[in-house]
Amino acid sequence: MESGSTRRMVFVTVGTTCFDALVAAVDTAQVKEQLWKKGYTHLLIQMGRGSYVPTKSLGDDGSVAVDYFTFSPSIKDHLREASLIISHAGSGSIFETLRLGKPLVVVVNEDLMDNHQSELAEELAERKHLICARPQTLCETIKSMDLESLLPYPPADATPVAQLINGFLGFPDDSFSQKLE
Amino acid sequence: MPPSISNSQSIAAAITAVGLVTLLLLLRFAYVTYRTGRPHRTPQRRRLRTLIVLGSGGHTAEMINLLEVLPKERFEPRVYIAAATDNMSLQKARVFESSLGSQIEVAEFHHVYRSREVGQSYITSVGTTLFAIGHALWLIFQIRPEVIICNGPGTCIPLCIAAFFFKLAGLRWSSIFYVESIARVRKLSLSGLLLYKLHLADQIFVQWPQLQKTYPKAHYVGRLM
Repeated sequence: MESGSTRRMVFVTVGTTCFDALVAAVDTAQVKEQLWKKGYTHLLIQMGRGSYVPTKSLGDDGSVAVDYFTFSPSIKDHLREASLIISHAGSGSIFETLRLGKPLVVVVNEDLMDNHQSELAEELAERKHLICARPQTLCETIKSMDLESLLPYPPADATPVAQLINGFLGFPDDSFSQKLE
Repeated sequence: MPPSISNSQSIAAAITAVGLVTLLLLLRFAYVTYRTGRPHRTPQRRRLRTLIVLGSGGHTAEMINLLEVLPKERFEPRVYIAAATDNMSLQKARVFESSLGSQIEVAEFHHVYRSREVGQSYITSVGTTLFAIGHALWLIFQIRPEVIICNGPGTCIPLCIAAFFFKLAGLRWSSIFYVESIARVRKLSLSGLLLYKLHLADQIFVQWPQLQKTYPKAHYVGRLM
């Protein structure tokens, strides 16, 4: 693999949560090898409140360079720079990544008790806006993933909700027709 | 004998009075439940005092997206409430209001105690729920909202219950709009379910079509995120 010329970074984010299973999964030799085979050169891990510390690597031995941090105010910059994002299933991270139009693999934390978050990831995966995985299947998912098949996430429009609220309260509809022009 | 006659008379009078009050309350309850969810028929020509309940993180982001497209001049003044343990949401609301260039008197910001924190036991949450409803009653008394716009998680429930009491008492009528989180794909959240089943909200919005099929009285007209 040629890697010297182009930097292709994978950004892993767990948000404000503690998700050691994900950090440990991306830190395995198998996952790093799959990422390298797919042409990624750098792996940057935002590990949040987790206690599992990944191994740093400069990547000069013909493998992905690995770096990590706990929290940072510049998550958005890392998301922008990344070629692939591997994220926990929090809706904040999911929508921020989708809005940037970046390929996204969401890893569901099965240790959470009230795990309604997997609903959102699975629904968006069914609609081909992202790829959904579990920590133990991450390696397989990366190996078989086809980023070309992902569809862009259409931007949301809150106007119909605002229109219904207005109409319910008896306000005229005029201010919306003006806005839509 | 005469005293016992007046005794039984006064007991009868008391029973009649209690019965009448209960009947009136029931009638009022039925009327409030009937009116909730029915659109205003007369055209609205003035601004409405609006209470916006901010959830947290993703919930607050969804709410700001909705506020951005609401005609702000109709929903004034705007009062924002977030959970006492949530430091970020009111800050986001302040940033939003200052981006509108709002005057100070247009927007107000408050904290409310939550009925239950994550991981709190159910026994102690009976006490904290009562306390939260008391605080919510005080806030609704102060704010007197005509419109309440809220989404999950549970922060809005004591406020919606308090608003319902004010409706029952005929002190203030508020129209309640609840938007279920986009993270709820198959089932309503506990807050959404409570508002749906108890007919507390005038309109409930969900953000996935399949959820609307399960809860036919909810509205699906698109996403906020």
